[in-house]
Amino acid sequence: MVTYLEFEKPIEELRNQLENAKQIAEKSKVDMSQSLKELEKKIEETTREIYANLTPWQRVMVSRHPDRPYTLAYINSLTGGNWIELHGDRTVKDDKAMVGGFGMVDGRTIMFIGQQKGINTKMRQYRNFGMPNPEGYRKALRLMKLAEKFNKPIVTFIDTPGAYPGLEAEERGQGEAIARNLYEMSKLNVPVICIIIGEGASGGALGIGIGDKVYMLENTWYSVISPESCSSILWRSWDFKEKAAEALKLTASDMLNNKLVDGVIPEPLGGAHNNHEEIFATVKKYILNSLTELDKLSPEERVKQRINKFCSMGVVHEM
Amino acid sequence: MNWFKRIKVGITTSTKEKKETPEGLWYKCPSCKAITPTDEHVQNKYICPKCEYHEKIGSAEYFSIIFDDNQFKEINANLVSGDPLNFSDTKKYTDRLKATIEKTHLHDAIRTAHGKVNGNDLMVACMDFNFIGGSMGSGVGEKIARAIDYCIENKIPLMIISKSGGARMMEAAFSLMQMAKTSAKLTLLSEAKIPYISLLTDPTTGGVTASYAMLGDLNIAEPGALIGFAGPRVVKETIGKDLPKGFQTSEFVLEHGFLDYIVNRKELKSKLTKTLEMFKN
Repeated sequence: MVTYLEFEKPIEELRNQLENAKQIAEKSKVDMSQSLKELEKKIEETTREIYANLTPWQRVMVSRHPDRPYTLAYINSLTGGNWIELHGDRTVKDDKAMVGGFGMVDGRTIMFIGQQKGINTKMRQYRNFGMPNPEGYRKALRLMKLAEKFNKPIVTFIDTPGAYPGLEAEERGQGEAIARNLYEMSKLNVPVICIIIGEGASGGALGIGIGDKVYMLENTWYSVISPESCSSILWRSWDFKEKAAEALKLTASDMLNNKLVDGVIPEPLGGAHNNHEEIFATVKKYILNSLTELDKLSPEERVKQRINKFCSMGVVHEM
Repeated sequence: MNWFKRIKVGITTSTKEKKETPEGLWYKCPSCKAITPTDEHVQNKYICPKCEYHEKIGSAEYFSIIFDDNQFKEINANLVSGDPLNFSDTKKYTDRLKATIEKTHLHDAIRTAHGKVNGNDLMVACMDFNFIGGSMGSGVGEKIARAIDYCIENKIPLMIISKSGGARMMEAAFSLMQMAKTSAKLTLLSEAKIPYISLLTDPTTGGVTASYAMLGDLNIAEPGALIGFAGPRVVKETIGKDLPKGFQTSEFVLEHGFLDYIVNRKELKSKLTKTLEMFKN
Protein backbone atom coordinates (compact mmCIF):
# COMPACT_ATOMS: atom_id res chain seq x y z
CA MET A 1 0.00 0.00 0.00
CA VAL A 2 1.57 3.25 -1.13
CA THR A 3 0.96 6.35 0.98
CA TYR A 4 0.33 9.61 -0.83
CA LEU A 5 0.77 13.01 0.74
CA GLU A 6 -1.87 15.65 0.23
CA PHE A 7 -0.01 17.41 -2.59
CA GLU A 8 0.80 14.09 -4.25
CA LYS A 9 -2.89 13.43 -4.99
CA PRO A 10 -2.58 14.28 -8.71
CA ILE A 11 0.16 11.63 -8.94
CA GLU A 12 -2.04 9.13 -7.16
CA GLU A 13 -4.90 9.78 -9.57
CA LEU A 14 -2.71 9.32 -12.61
CA ARG A 15 -1.22 6.14 -11.20
CA ASN A 16 -4.70 4.77 -10.58
CA GLN A 17 -5.62 5.64 -14.15
CA LEU A 18 -2.54 3.82 -15.35
CA GLU A 19 -3.43 0.76 -13.29
CA ASN A 20 -6.96 0.77 -14.68
CA ALA A 21 -5.69 1.20 -18.22
CA LYS A 22 -3.30 -1.71 -17.75
CA GLN A 23 -6.11 -3.93 -16.52
CA ILE A 24 -8.33 -2.95 -19.40
CA ALA A 25 -5.53 -3.59 -21.85
CA GLU A 26 -4.99 -7.01 -20.37
CA LYS A 27 -8.65 -7.96 -20.38
CA SER A 28 -9.62 -6.61 -23.80
CA LYS A 29 -6.36 -7.58 -25.49
CA VAL A 30 -6.45 -4.24 -27.24
CA ASP A 31 -3.09 -2.65 -27.89
CA MET A 32 -3.01 0.33 -25.57
CA SER A 33 0.76 0.65 -25.34
CA GLN A 34 0.65 4.11 -26.84
CA SER A 35 -1.77 5.53 -24.26
CA LEU A 36 0.00 3.68 -21.46
CA LYS A 37 3.24 5.27 -22.51
CA GLU A 38 1.57 8.66 -22.59
CA LEU A 39 0.15 8.14 -19.14
CA GLU A 40 3.55 7.14 -17.78
CA LYS A 41 5.06 10.21 -19.32
CA LYS A 42 2.34 12.33 -17.79
CA ILE A 43 2.98 10.81 -14.36
CA GLU A 44 6.64 11.65 -14.69
CA GLU A 45 5.91 15.18 -15.79
CA THR A 46 3.39 15.77 -13.02
CA THR A 47 5.74 14.36 -10.41
CA ARG A 48 8.57 16.49 -11.71
CA GLU A 49 6.42 19.58 -11.63
CA ILE A 50 5.09 18.94 -8.14
CA TYR A 51 8.52 18.15 -6.74
CA ALA A 52 10.17 21.10 -8.42
CA ASN A 53 7.84 23.47 -6.62
CA LEU A 54 7.64 22.05 -3.12
CA THR A 55 7.18 24.57 -0.33
CA PRO A 56 9.41 24.19 2.74
CA TRP A 57 6.49 22.74 4.69
CA GLN A 58 5.80 20.19 1.94
CA ARG A 59 9.43 19.12 2.11
CA VAL A 60 9.04 18.63 5.86
CA MET A 61 6.13 16.34 5.03
CA VAL A 62 8.21 14.41 2.49
CA SER A 63 11.01 14.05 5.07
CA ARG A 64 8.47 12.30 7.32
CA HIS A 65 6.93 10.18 4.58
CA PRO A 66 6.23 6.75 6.08
CA ASP A 67 7.63 4.96 3.01
CA ARG A 68 11.00 6.71 3.21
CA PRO A 69 13.90 4.40 3.96
CA TYR A 70 15.26 4.61 7.51
CA THR A 71 18.77 4.06 8.88
CA LEU A 72 18.72 0.25 9.02
CA ALA A 73 17.52 0.08 5.42
CA TYR A 74 20.50 2.19 4.34
CA ILE A 75 22.98 0.11 6.33
CA ASN A 76 21.54 -3.16 5.03
CA SER A 77 21.63 -1.99 1.46
CA LEU A 78 25.04 -0.31 1.56
CA THR A 79 26.69 -3.33 3.15
CA GLY A 80 24.65 -5.89 1.25
CA GLY A 81 23.69 -7.29 4.66
CA ASN A 82 27.35 -7.73 5.60
CA TRP A 83 27.30 -5.89 8.90
CA ILE A 84 27.22 -6.57 12.63
CA GLU A 85 24.89 -4.62 14.83
CA LEU A 86 26.40 -3.60 18.18
CA HIS A 87 24.30 -2.79 21.21
CA GLY A 88 24.35 -0.90 24.46
CA ASP A 89 26.03 2.07 26.08
CA ARG A 90 27.75 -0.10 28.76
CA THR A 91 26.09 1.96 31.48
CA VAL A 92 22.31 1.87 31.48
CA LYS A 93 20.75 0.00 28.59
CA ASP A 94 20.44 -0.45 24.85
CA ASP A 95 18.58 2.41 23.22
CA LYS A 96 16.40 1.12 20.40
CA ALA A 97 16.09 4.57 18.85
CA MET A 98 19.81 4.63 18.09
CA VAL A 99 21.39 1.81 16.12
CA GLY A 100 24.90 1.13 14.97
CA GLY A 101 27.58 -1.34 14.06
CA PHE A 102 30.48 -2.24 11.79
CA GLY A 103 29.64 -2.88 8.16
CA MET A 104 31.60 -3.72 5.05
CA VAL A 105 31.24 -1.56 1.96
CA ASP A 106 33.30 -2.50 -1.10
CA GLY A 107 35.85 -4.25 1.09
CA ARG A 108 36.18 -1.46 3.60
CA THR A 109 34.92 -1.48 7.21
CA ILE A 110 32.80 1.49 8.18
CA MET A 111 31.14 2.25 11.51
CA PHE A 112 27.50 3.08 10.82
CA ILE A 113 25.40 4.88 13.43
CA GLY A 114 21.97 6.45 13.22
CA GLN A 115 18.59 7.15 14.73
CA GLN A 116 16.06 4.52 13.78
CA LYS A 117 12.34 5.07 13.32
CA GLY A 118 9.86 2.21 13.29
CA ILE A 119 8.24 0.93 10.12
CA ASN A 120 4.83 0.21 11.65
CA THR A 121 2.88 1.21 14.73
CA LYS A 122 4.37 -1.48 16.94
CA MET A 123 7.91 -0.81 15.75
CA ARG A 124 7.46 2.92 16.02
CA GLN A 125 6.78 2.49 19.73
CA TYR A 126 9.67 0.04 20.04
CA ARG A 127 11.97 2.60 18.42
CA ASN A 128 10.51 5.42 20.51
CA PHE A 129 9.67 7.25 17.25
CA GLY A 130 13.37 7.76 16.59
CA MET A 131 13.83 9.86 19.73
CA PRO A 132 16.94 8.69 21.59
CA ASN A 133 17.47 8.84 25.34
CA PRO A 134 20.86 9.77 26.80
CA GLU A 135 21.98 6.15 26.57
CA GLY A 136 21.40 6.37 22.81
CA TYR A 137 23.86 9.23 22.48
CA ARG A 138 26.30 7.44 24.79
CA LYS A 139 25.94 4.25 22.76
CA ALA A 140 26.69 6.29 19.63
CA LEU A 141 29.76 7.80 21.27
CA ARG A 142 30.96 4.41 22.45
CA LEU A 143 30.75 3.10 18.90
CA MET A 144 32.53 6.17 17.55
CA LYS A 145 35.36 5.71 20.02
CA LEU A 146 35.54 2.07 19.03
CA ALA A 147 35.83 3.07 15.39
CA GLU A 148 38.50 5.62 16.25
CA LYS A 149 40.50 3.04 18.16
CA PHE A 150 40.62 0.73 15.16
CA ASN A 151 40.94 3.53 12.65
CA LYS A 152 37.62 2.99 10.86
CA PRO A 153 35.67 5.83 9.30
CA ILE A 154 32.29 6.77 10.73
CA VAL A 155 29.05 7.40 8.86
CA THR A 156 26.03 8.68 10.76
CA PHE A 157 22.45 8.73 9.47
CA ILE A 158 20.36 11.43 11.07
CA ASP A 159 16.59 11.05 11.23
CA THR A 160 14.93 12.21 14.42
CA PRO A 161 12.08 14.43 15.57
CA GLY A 162 14.32 15.29 18.54
CA ALA A 163 16.01 13.89 21.62
CA TYR A 164 13.40 12.34 23.90
CA PRO A 165 12.07 14.89 26.42
CA GLY A 166 11.15 12.36 29.09
CA LEU A 167 11.58 12.21 32.83
CA GLU A 168 14.27 9.53 32.84
CA ALA A 169 16.06 11.26 30.00
CA GLU A 170 16.43 14.29 32.24
CA GLU A 171 17.53 12.15 35.19
CA ARG A 172 20.22 10.54 33.10
CA GLY A 173 21.45 13.83 31.66
CA GLN A 174 20.12 14.27 28.13
CA GLY A 175 21.86 17.64 27.91
CA GLU A 176 25.19 16.29 29.09
CA ALA A 177 25.00 13.32 26.72
CA ILE A 178 24.47 15.52 23.67
CA ALA A 179 27.06 18.07 24.81
CA ARG A 180 29.62 15.31 25.32
CA ASN A 181 29.03 14.03 21.78
CA LEU A 182 29.48 17.47 20.24
CA TYR A 183 32.74 17.83 22.12
CA GLU A 184 34.09 14.36 21.41
CA MET A 185 33.01 14.24 17.78
CA SER A 186 34.86 17.50 17.12
CA LYS A 187 38.16 15.77 17.78
CA LEU A 188 37.66 12.24 16.44
CA ASN A 189 40.74 11.44 14.41
CA VAL A 190 38.94 9.28 11.83
CA PRO A 191 36.84 10.58 8.93
CA VAL A 192 33.26 11.38 9.96
CA ILE A 193 30.44 11.74 7.44
CA CYS A 194 26.97 12.76 8.60
CA ILE A 195 23.92 12.44 6.38
CA ILE A 196 20.48 13.78 7.21
CA ILE A 197 18.14 11.24 5.65
CA GLY A 198 14.87 12.50 7.13
CA GLU A 199 14.28 14.84 10.01
CA GLY A 200 17.12 16.82 11.55
CA ALA A 201 15.53 18.20 14.67
CA SER A 202 17.74 20.33 16.85
CA GLY A 203 20.19 19.03 19.45
CA GLY A 204 18.85 15.51 19.02
CA ALA A 205 20.11 15.52 15.44
CA LEU A 206 23.29 17.49 16.10
CA GLY A 207 24.24 14.96 18.79
CA ILE A 208 25.50 12.67 16.03
CA GLY A 209 26.01 15.45 13.50
CA ILE A 210 29.56 16.80 13.86
CA GLY A 211 31.32 15.61 10.74
CA ASP A 212 33.99 16.43 8.19
CA LYS A 213 31.18 16.24 5.67
CA VAL A 214 27.58 16.94 6.58
CA TYR A 215 25.12 16.20 3.80
CA MET A 216 21.38 16.56 3.56
CA LEU A 217 19.17 14.55 1.26
CA GLU A 218 17.21 16.84 -1.02
CA ASN A 219 13.87 16.51 0.79
CA THR A 220 14.95 16.72 4.41
CA TRP A 221 15.01 19.45 7.00
CA TYR A 222 17.49 20.50 9.63
CA SER A 223 16.94 23.23 12.19
CA VAL A 224 16.90 24.28 15.80
CA ILE A 225 13.23 23.40 16.24
CA SER A 226 10.42 21.75 14.30
CA PRO A 227 8.15 24.14 12.42
CA GLU A 228 5.19 23.06 14.58
CA SER A 229 6.93 23.87 17.86
CA CYS A 230 8.33 27.08 16.41
CA SER A 231 4.82 28.12 15.45
CA SER A 232 3.47 27.34 18.90
CA ILE A 233 6.20 29.32 20.63
CA LEU A 234 6.61 32.35 18.38
CA TRP A 235 3.04 32.67 17.09
CA ARG A 236 1.45 31.04 20.14
CA SER A 237 -0.60 28.75 17.91
CA TRP A 238 -0.06 25.53 15.98
CA ASP A 239 -1.54 27.05 12.82
CA PHE A 240 1.53 28.83 11.52
CA LYS A 241 3.68 25.80 10.74
CA GLU A 242 3.87 26.62 7.03
CA LYS A 243 5.01 30.13 7.87
CA ALA A 244 7.46 28.83 10.46
CA ALA A 245 8.88 26.30 7.98
CA GLU A 246 9.42 29.16 5.58
CA ALA A 247 11.02 31.46 8.17
CA LEU A 248 13.37 28.83 9.61
CA LYS A 249 15.10 28.26 6.23
CA LEU A 250 15.31 24.61 7.10
CA THR A 251 15.44 22.97 3.66
CA ALA A 252 18.56 21.36 2.25
CA SER A 253 19.09 24.07 -0.34
CA ASP A 254 18.66 26.85 2.24
CA MET A 255 21.09 25.12 4.57
CA LEU A 256 23.63 24.79 1.77
CA ASN A 257 23.20 28.44 0.78
CA ASN A 258 23.88 29.43 4.37
CA LYS A 259 26.98 27.20 4.37
CA LEU A 260 25.69 25.23 7.34
CA VAL A 261 25.98 21.91 5.49
CA ASP A 262 28.50 20.70 2.93
CA GLY A 263 26.21 19.39 0.25
CA VAL A 264 22.79 18.26 -0.89
CA ILE A 265 22.32 14.69 -2.08
CA PRO A 266 19.74 14.57 -4.89
CA GLU A 267 16.78 12.27 -4.40
CA PRO A 268 15.07 10.19 -7.07
CA LEU A 269 12.17 11.80 -8.90
CA GLY A 270 9.25 12.02 -6.50
CA GLY A 271 11.38 11.65 -3.37
CA ALA A 272 13.47 8.93 -1.74
CA HIS A 273 10.32 6.95 -0.91
CA ASN A 274 9.65 6.52 -4.61
CA ASN A 275 12.79 4.58 -5.39
CA HIS A 276 14.77 3.12 -2.51
CA GLU A 277 17.42 1.43 -4.66
CA GLU A 278 18.25 4.66 -6.41
CA ILE A 279 18.73 6.67 -3.20
CA PHE A 280 20.84 3.87 -1.67
CA ALA A 281 23.11 3.94 -4.72
CA THR A 282 23.42 7.72 -4.65
CA VAL A 283 24.19 7.78 -0.93
CA LYS A 284 26.80 5.07 -1.38
CA LYS A 285 28.47 7.07 -4.11
CA TYR A 286 28.61 10.16 -1.89
CA ILE A 287 30.06 8.21 1.03
CA LEU A 288 32.77 6.56 -1.04
CA ASN A 289 33.71 9.76 -2.85
CA SER A 290 33.90 11.67 0.43
CA LEU A 291 36.05 8.98 2.03
CA THR A 292 38.46 9.13 -0.91
CA GLU A 293 38.71 12.86 -0.39
CA LEU A 294 39.03 12.68 3.41
CA ASP A 295 41.61 9.88 3.29
CA LYS A 296 44.02 12.31 1.66
CA LEU A 297 44.16 14.47 4.79
CA SER A 298 46.15 13.66 7.90
CA PRO A 299 44.04 13.09 11.04
CA GLU A 300 45.38 16.35 12.52
CA GLU A 301 44.46 18.29 9.41
CA ARG A 302 40.99 16.73 9.30
CA VAL A 303 40.27 17.60 12.93
CA LYS A 304 41.56 21.12 12.42
CA GLN A 305 39.39 21.64 9.36
CA ARG A 306 36.36 20.16 11.10
CA ILE A 307 36.73 22.45 14.11
CA ASN A 308 37.38 25.47 11.93
CA LYS A 309 34.33 24.73 9.81
CA PHE A 310 31.96 24.74 12.79
CA CYS A 311 33.73 27.69 14.40
CA SER A 312 33.17 29.80 11.31
CA MET A 313 29.38 29.37 11.49
CA GLY A 314 27.41 32.39 12.65
CA VAL A 315 26.84 35.94 11.50
CA VAL A 316 27.84 38.85 13.75
CA HIS A 317 28.83 42.45 13.37
CA GLU A 318 30.22 45.25 15.52
CA MET A 319 27.78 47.91 16.59
CA MET B 1 -25.33 59.99 58.19
CA ASN B 2 -21.55 60.17 57.68
CA TRP B 3 -19.25 58.61 60.19
CA PHE B 4 -16.27 60.50 58.82
CA LYS B 5 -16.27 63.86 57.31
CA ARG B 6 -13.47 65.50 55.37
CA ILE B 7 -13.06 68.89 56.84
CA LYS B 8 -10.82 70.39 54.18
CA VAL B 9 -11.26 69.48 50.54
CA GLY B 10 -8.44 67.90 48.52
CA ILE B 11 -4.78 67.24 49.23
CA THR B 12 -3.49 69.57 51.85
CA THR B 13 0.20 68.64 51.96
CA SER B 14 2.20 71.22 50.11
CA THR B 15 4.64 70.02 47.44
CA LYS B 16 7.52 71.19 49.62
CA GLU B 17 6.48 69.01 52.50
CA LYS B 18 5.75 65.96 50.34
CA LYS B 19 7.81 62.86 51.23
CA GLU B 20 8.85 60.83 48.20
CA THR B 21 8.97 57.07 48.54
CA PRO B 22 11.69 56.03 46.08
CA GLU B 23 10.85 53.20 43.72
CA GLY B 24 12.24 49.81 44.60
CA LEU B 25 13.01 50.55 48.20
CA TRP B 26 11.79 47.12 49.13
CA TYR B 27 12.39 43.69 47.68
CA LYS B 28 9.64 41.12 47.91
CA CYS B 29 10.87 37.54 47.65
CA PRO B 30 8.83 35.67 45.03
CA SER B 31 9.42 32.43 46.91
CA CYS B 32 8.62 33.17 50.59
CA LYS B 33 7.08 36.65 50.10
CA ALA B 34 9.33 38.13 52.78
CA ILE B 35 10.02 41.83 52.43
CA THR B 36 13.63 43.05 52.63
CA PRO B 37 15.03 46.55 52.19
CA THR B 38 16.62 46.66 48.74
CA ASP B 39 20.06 47.74 49.91
CA GLU B 40 20.15 44.88 52.37
CA HIS B 41 19.09 42.51 49.61
CA VAL B 42 21.85 43.80 47.34
CA GLN B 43 24.40 43.44 50.11
CA ASN B 44 23.19 39.92 50.59
CA LYS B 45 24.12 39.24 46.90
CA TYR B 46 20.48 39.36 45.85
CA ILE B 47 19.60 36.43 48.06
CA CYS B 48 16.51 36.48 50.25
CA PRO B 49 17.84 36.58 53.83
CA LYS B 50 14.90 34.55 55.01
CA CYS B 51 14.64 31.64 52.57
CA GLU B 52 17.91 31.89 50.59
CA TYR B 53 16.05 32.29 47.32
CA HIS B 54 18.62 33.39 44.72
CA GLU B 55 17.10 36.21 42.69
CA LYS B 56 17.97 36.15 38.97
CA ILE B 57 20.70 38.69 38.32
CA GLY B 58 22.58 39.82 35.24
CA SER B 59 26.19 40.13 34.14
CA ALA B 60 26.73 43.51 35.81
CA GLU B 61 25.75 42.06 39.18
CA TYR B 62 27.85 38.91 38.74
CA PHE B 63 30.89 40.92 37.69
CA SER B 64 30.52 43.09 40.80
CA ILE B 65 30.21 40.01 42.98
CA ILE B 66 33.13 38.12 41.45
CA PHE B 67 35.75 40.63 40.36
CA ASP B 68 38.00 42.44 42.85
CA ASP B 69 36.76 46.03 43.33
CA ASN B 70 34.41 45.48 40.39
CA GLN B 71 37.39 46.04 38.09
CA PHE B 72 37.41 44.20 34.79
CA LYS B 73 38.19 44.57 31.11
CA GLU B 74 35.27 43.68 28.88
CA ILE B 75 36.14 42.27 25.46
CA ASN B 76 34.06 42.32 22.27
CA ALA B 77 31.46 44.42 24.05
CA ASN B 78 29.89 45.71 20.87
CA LEU B 79 29.43 42.44 19.04
CA VAL B 80 25.83 41.78 17.99
CA SER B 81 24.08 38.98 16.14
CA GLY B 82 23.29 39.48 12.49
CA ASP B 83 20.03 38.46 10.86
CA PRO B 84 21.21 36.06 8.17
CA LEU B 85 17.75 34.55 7.66
CA ASN B 86 15.90 37.86 7.48
CA PHE B 87 13.69 36.32 10.14
CA SER B 88 10.29 37.61 11.00
CA ASP B 89 7.57 36.16 13.20
CA THR B 90 5.06 38.55 14.74
CA LYS B 91 7.89 41.08 14.65
CA LYS B 92 11.00 41.46 12.53
CA TYR B 93 14.05 39.99 14.28
CA THR B 94 16.13 43.09 13.57
CA ASP B 95 13.45 45.25 15.23
CA ARG B 96 13.31 42.89 18.18
CA LEU B 97 17.09 43.10 18.53
CA LYS B 98 17.07 46.86 18.29
CA ALA B 99 14.31 47.23 20.87
CA THR B 100 16.03 44.80 23.24
CA ILE B 101 19.37 46.57 22.91
CA GLU B 102 17.70 49.88 23.69
CA LYS B 103 15.77 48.47 26.62
CA THR B 104 18.56 46.45 28.25
CA HIS B 105 21.61 48.51 27.22
CA LEU B 106 23.19 45.17 26.36
CA HIS B 107 24.34 44.06 22.92
CA ASP B 108 23.62 40.40 23.30
CA ALA B 109 22.74 37.77 25.88
CA ILE B 110 26.33 37.40 27.09
CA ARG B 111 29.19 39.63 28.22
CA THR B 112 32.78 38.52 28.44
CA ALA B 113 35.24 40.16 30.81
CA HIS B 114 38.71 39.59 32.20
CA GLY B 115 39.32 40.50 35.81
CA LYS B 116 40.83 39.28 39.05
CA VAL B 117 39.24 37.12 41.72
CA ASN B 118 41.16 37.69 44.95
CA GLY B 119 44.18 38.26 42.77
CA ASN B 120 43.59 35.31 40.44
CA ASP B 121 43.05 36.04 36.76
CA LEU B 122 39.75 34.85 35.35
CA MET B 123 37.78 35.33 32.16
CA VAL B 124 34.07 35.37 32.95
CA ALA B 125 31.49 34.96 30.21
CA CYS B 126 28.18 35.77 31.83
CA MET B 127 24.78 35.41 30.21
CA ASP B 128 21.98 37.94 30.61
CA PHE B 129 18.54 36.42 30.79
CA ASN B 130 16.70 39.65 30.08
CA PHE B 131 18.18 39.74 26.58
CA ILE B 132 15.60 37.62 24.66
CA GLY B 133 15.48 34.99 27.39
CA GLY B 134 19.24 34.61 27.47
CA SER B 135 18.95 32.85 24.15
CA MET B 136 22.04 31.71 22.31
CA GLY B 137 22.55 32.96 18.78
CA SER B 138 25.55 33.85 16.66
CA GLY B 139 26.51 36.70 18.99
CA VAL B 140 26.66 34.51 22.07
CA GLY B 141 28.53 31.75 20.21
CA GLU B 142 31.07 34.13 18.73
CA LYS B 143 31.70 35.91 22.03
CA ILE B 144 32.32 32.59 23.78
CA ALA B 145 34.60 31.49 20.95
CA ARG B 146 36.60 34.72 21.18
CA ALA B 147 36.73 34.51 24.97
CA ILE B 148 38.22 31.04 24.62
CA ASP B 149 40.80 32.35 22.15
CA TYR B 150 41.65 35.07 24.67
CA CYS B 151 42.01 32.50 27.46
CA ILE B 152 44.32 30.35 25.33
CA GLU B 153 46.39 33.33 24.27
CA ASN B 154 46.73 34.75 27.78
CA LYS B 155 46.68 31.43 29.62
CA ILE B 156 43.88 32.36 31.99
CA PRO B 157 41.03 30.15 33.19
CA LEU B 158 37.48 30.50 31.91
CA MET B 159 34.19 30.57 33.72
CA ILE B 160 30.91 30.67 31.82
CA ILE B 161 27.85 31.64 33.82
CA SER B 162 24.87 30.14 32.02
CA LYS B 163 21.37 31.51 32.31
CA SER B 164 19.38 30.73 29.23
CA GLY B 165 16.24 29.27 27.74
CA GLY B 166 18.35 27.67 25.00
CA ALA B 167 19.08 28.39 21.37
CA ARG B 168 17.62 31.51 19.77
CA MET B 169 14.87 30.52 17.40
CA MET B 170 15.16 33.63 15.24
CA GLU B 171 18.56 32.47 14.05
CA ALA B 172 17.31 28.92 13.51
CA ALA B 173 20.07 26.59 12.30
CA PHE B 174 22.68 29.30 12.89
CA SER B 175 21.90 29.13 16.61
CA LEU B 176 21.89 25.34 16.52
CA MET B 177 25.40 25.42 15.10
CA GLN B 178 26.56 27.62 17.98
CA MET B 179 26.25 24.49 20.10
CA ALA B 180 28.71 22.77 17.79
CA LYS B 181 30.91 25.84 17.59
CA THR B 182 31.28 26.42 21.34
CA SER B 183 31.79 22.70 22.04
CA ALA B 184 34.42 22.40 19.31
CA LYS B 185 36.19 25.49 20.61
CA LEU B 186 36.24 24.05 24.13
CA THR B 187 38.30 21.10 22.87
CA LEU B 188 41.06 23.61 22.07
CA LEU B 189 40.89 25.10 25.56
CA SER B 190 41.09 21.63 26.99
CA GLU B 191 44.08 20.80 24.82
CA ALA B 192 45.84 23.88 26.21
CA LYS B 193 45.13 22.51 29.72
CA ILE B 194 43.31 25.63 30.80
CA PRO B 195 40.60 25.11 33.40
CA TYR B 196 37.00 25.78 32.46
CA ILE B 197 34.40 26.18 35.18
CA SER B 198 30.76 26.13 34.14
CA LEU B 199 28.38 27.81 36.57
CA LEU B 200 24.75 26.96 35.91
CA THR B 201 22.21 29.42 37.25
CA ASP B 202 18.46 29.71 37.12
CA PRO B 203 17.43 28.77 34.45
CA THR B 204 19.77 26.78 32.23
CA THR B 205 17.94 24.71 29.63
CA GLY B 206 17.88 23.56 26.01
CA GLY B 207 20.81 24.01 23.69
CA VAL B 208 22.93 25.72 26.34
CA THR B 209 22.65 22.72 28.66
CA ALA B 210 23.32 20.47 25.68
CA SER B 211 26.59 22.25 24.88
CA TYR B 212 28.99 24.41 26.90
CA ALA B 213 27.06 24.47 30.19
CA MET B 214 27.60 20.74 30.71
CA LEU B 215 31.17 20.64 29.43
CA GLY B 216 33.05 22.26 32.31
CA ASP B 217 36.07 20.67 33.90
CA LEU B 218 33.89 21.52 36.85
CA ASN B 219 30.15 21.94 36.53
CA ILE B 220 28.81 23.93 39.46
CA ALA B 221 25.45 25.54 40.15
CA GLU B 222 23.62 27.98 42.36
CA PRO B 223 21.07 26.38 44.70
CA GLY B 224 17.52 25.90 43.49
CA ALA B 225 18.25 26.67 39.83
CA LEU B 226 16.20 25.05 37.08
CA ILE B 227 18.62 22.94 35.04
CA GLY B 228 17.56 20.62 32.25
CA PHE B 229 17.49 19.85 28.58
CA ALA B 230 13.76 19.83 27.91
CA GLY B 231 11.72 22.40 29.81
CA PRO B 232 9.53 21.09 32.64
CA ARG B 233 6.32 21.88 30.72
CA VAL B 234 7.46 19.77 27.77
CA VAL B 235 8.48 16.87 30.02
CA LYS B 236 5.14 17.06 31.78
CA GLU B 237 3.28 16.95 28.46
CA THR B 238 5.42 14.03 27.31
CA ILE B 239 4.86 11.81 30.31
CA GLY B 240 1.31 13.02 30.99
CA LYS B 241 1.92 13.08 34.73
CA ASP B 242 2.81 15.67 37.32
CA LEU B 243 6.52 16.07 37.84
CA PRO B 244 8.06 14.93 41.12
CA LYS B 245 8.93 17.66 43.60
CA GLY B 246 12.37 19.12 43.05
CA PHE B 247 12.62 17.75 39.51
CA GLN B 248 15.31 19.50 37.43
CA THR B 249 16.62 21.59 40.33
CA SER B 250 20.34 21.99 40.98
CA GLU B 251 20.01 19.57 43.90
CA PHE B 252 18.35 16.99 41.62
CA VAL B 253 21.05 17.39 38.97
CA LEU B 254 23.80 17.10 41.60
CA GLU B 255 22.17 13.96 42.99
CA HIS B 256 22.17 12.41 39.51
CA GLY B 257 25.85 13.07 39.12
CA PHE B 258 26.09 15.96 36.69
CA LEU B 259 27.38 18.67 39.02
CA ASP B 260 30.53 18.92 41.11
CA TYR B 261 29.03 21.14 43.76
CA ILE B 262 26.33 23.65 44.52
CA VAL B 263 27.48 27.01 45.77
CA ASN B 264 25.54 29.70 47.58
CA ARG B 265 26.12 33.02 45.86
CA LYS B 266 27.44 34.49 49.11
CA GLU B 267 30.25 31.94 49.05
CA LEU B 268 30.75 32.02 45.29
CA LYS B 269 33.80 34.26 45.29
CA SER B 270 35.62 32.49 48.11
CA LYS B 271 34.91 29.03 46.73
CA LEU B 272 35.87 30.14 43.25
CA THR B 273 39.15 31.51 44.62
CA LYS B 274 39.83 28.23 46.37
CA THR B 275 39.05 26.27 43.20
CA LEU B 276 41.23 28.48 41.01
CA GLU B 277 44.11 28.18 43.46
CA MET B 278 43.77 24.39 43.47
CA PHE B 279 44.22 24.37 39.72
CA LYS B 280 47.10 26.80 39.90
CA ASN B 281 49.29 25.37 42.64
